Amino acid sequence: MKAQEEVTNILLVGVGGQGIILASEILCAAAMQSGYDVKKSEVHGMSQRGGAVNSHVRFGKKVFSPLIPAGRTHILVAMEKLEALRWAHHLAPGGVIVVNDFRLDPVSVSSGKASYAGDAVERLRAADDRRVIVADGAAGALEAGDLRTMNTLILGVLSNCLPFARKHWQAAIGAHVKKNMLEVNKRAFETGRSLGGCVTPLEQA
Amino acid sequence: MATRQEERLIQERKLLLSGNEAAAAAAWEAGVVYATGYPGTPSTEILETLTTYPGVRCEWAPNEKVALEVAAGASLAGVRTLVAMKHVGLNVAADPLMTLAYTGVCGGLVVITADDPSMHSSQNEQDNRNYARFAKLPLFEPADSSEVRSFLKEAYLLSERYELPVLFRMTTRLCHSKSVCQAGSRGETKTPGYQKDFVRNVMVPANARVMRVKLEQKLGRLAGEVESTGLNRLERRGGTGIITSGNVYNYVREALPKASILKLGISWPLPRKAIREFAASVERCYVVEELDPFLETEVRALGINLSETPHPPSHIGELSPEAVSALFDEASSPEAAPAAVESPGTGEIAPRPPVLCPGCAHRGVFMTLKKMKLTVNGDIGCYTLGALPPLESMDTCLCMGASIGMAYGLERALAGDNKTRVVAVIGDSTFLHSGITPLLNIVYNGGRTTTIILDNSTTAMTGHNEHPGSGRTLGGEPAPALDYQALARAVGIRFVATVDPYDVDLFRLTVERALEFDGPAVVVARRPCVLLPQVRGTVKPKVRLDPEKCTGCGACFRIGCPALGQDEETGKCRVNQAFCTGCGLCTTTCPCEALEL
Repeated sequence: MKAQEEVTNILLVGVGGQGIILASEILCAAAMQSGYDVKKSEVHGMSQRGGAVNSHVRFGKKVFSPLIPAGRTHILVAMEKLEALRWAHHLAPGGVIVVNDFRLDPVSVSSGKASYAGDAVERLRAADDRRVIVADGAAGALEAGDLRTMNTLILGVLSNCLPFARKHWQAAIGAHVKKNMLEVNKRAFETGRSLGGCVTPLEQA
Repeated sequence: MATRQEERLIQERKLLLSGNEAAAAAAWEAGVVYATGYPGTPSTEILETLTTYPGVRCEWAPNEKVALEVAAGASLAGVRTLVAMKHVGLNVAADPLMTLAYTGVCGGLVVITADDPSMHSSQNEQDNRNYARFAKLPLFEPADSSEVRSFLKEAYLLSERYELPVLFRMTTRLCHSKSVCQAGSRGETKTPGYQKDFVRNVMVPANARVMRVKLEQKLGRLAGEVESTGLNRLERRGGTGIITSGNVYNYVREALPKASILKLGISWPLPRKAIREFAASVERCYVVEELDPFLETEVRALGINLSETPHPPSHIGELSPEAVSALFDEASSPEAAPAAVESPGTGEIAPRPPVLCPGCAHRGVFMTLKKMKLTVNGDIGCYTLGALPPLESMDTCLCMGASIGMAYGLERALAGDNKTRVVAVIGDSTFLHSGITPLLNIVYNGGRTTTIILDNSTTAMTGHNEHPGSGRTLGGEPAPALDYQALARAVGIRFVATVDPYDVDLFRLTVERALEFDGPAVVVARRPCVLLPQVRGTVKPKVRLDPEKCTGCGACFRIGCPALGQDEETGKCRVNQAFCTGCGLCTTTCPCEALEL
């Protein structure tokens, strides 16, 4: 694992309504509890539903900019595959992409003005200077008991790439999800975590 | 069981707060007892958060001008007040602000202006630092949440020391970024009291001339104080010197780690002596700032010979670490100096702009206005999305409340005394903000314009904020809800109708009648926002698709509902059951009757 002097950059992307902001809150809480300085940045407002959403999360010994410099993202976490493609250019060489194999048509597609890149995952994999972890978030979340826990499930997948102890993740989830959704979210997280994917990827990055 | 780290965080009282949350925490800690504003991205969460603290009266005003005037009144009673608004809101509040600088304040008064470089959620990116120079007021610019907390408390002390309102400038990237803060506790609050003072508080010309001189004297004293304030910070490193302020400091630290930095926490009035000394102490001195060359102009006016970056700043859009790097990168091409962080335009990736939500009642309105081929003067709110494809049924959007005045002016210029196919479309909160006076103008000047008020019972786009028509206050208490029909009649409108926009046929008929009516008309399209908790809680049957009947003609896609997609294999419509709210609008568009509730 990298020394704490360096800042780790994680970009979470997806579609408004998918729980990107909640996922980034949990991620930040886990990072804080693991003893890091943390900053995160996102833009609210025009994208309540159906618009593209992104959240920049950075942690390390000391973080200045809340924005990840372009091309310096270590891990791109995409809750939707077209959004992974949209933000793939932000990835640093040797970076990791955690992508939810889930498709949501933007209105530009459904209204016939553009076409959906059905081969998004293949295109992500085409570049060989990165590692792509694909997870079926919908299946896993349904297995856990609620489709809405897709975001927590993907965090579970991501957790294999990060140096935070499981107890910090659990505490972070406990602090940010509603009581009546806690158990199903914990299950979704563990399901995602059990999917494995990467060990110490930050050294490769 | 709390983990050891959790316990440590609790002991250290460390919190991860957004700039807006930090502003609320700091206001509470500073002993603020009264806070007002009007919701506007990126400022909204300041009051939303502050209202959760005990002992602070928090209110939404109908607009920013009223908010500032309320705060000015409360300040007369000697208590500390906060006013929060987005950058364009300060234009609305500029009238009281410019003269409040003359009268000054009793209890500390801070105006937070939340600017929006890159226009993430705004119609312009005006740089409100200019208001400090214009109104002759001190300007604070914090760089992160932790500074928001310490600076805001200093701002109240300074406001009371100089009896001046203080401008506190934040930006989207500060308001909506989270960083680690230390929690504090409630400070002392002042006991209210009032002292009459004719010269100071009654701005008739004779008194204003007296206060004008006093203002200049205050600024003179302040110019001395800012030379030594701890809020301006000198960081001595290499021979390259950067003068900067606000969140841009973080980008400079990241992009130019070896540079010496003069970071201005109070960026108006400028610490002239400190700037001169800094410029003289470095080999090359630059200013790095977002939007207008505000600091640069002033520093050059001091006669300081600033160095030029290899690539000149564009003064457009938000900065970023890479944008700051690019300014100084000799090797890069001028095109490589990006103005803003934007998603890439690779062309092959289908764009995903924001859209009206599934079940949004505005969708049927714009579908109908498009069919009616009307010219639509629109306004500011969620419904501005009705201007985008595939609905594309809004012709103008200028500023809060402009729809009604513009529709009247356009109609008058086009047709004189006659009616045209021009309508104004304005949301409920926007109408109450600044739509009533232009409506009065139509009646007074004998116009015939039709105004459609989209009443979804909330200020939706900023995150469901209460307003005088919603029946609730910011704190959630019941409040009288404005009767739009009664108001329109009182103004002098004789054609007033309320209709449910889900009933598209009746809505169309009502608008046709309004257009035929011999005089100005108001149509209220009333349907609470589909995302309001009380609406979300009601379970409605969802739209079903009969795949046998669907021919894949795509007629339903023209209403731009995110719940409808095209099946990759069959080319037929697919209804996303997780998104569908069962509004049924799509069923009215399907020529094959394949969609049904």
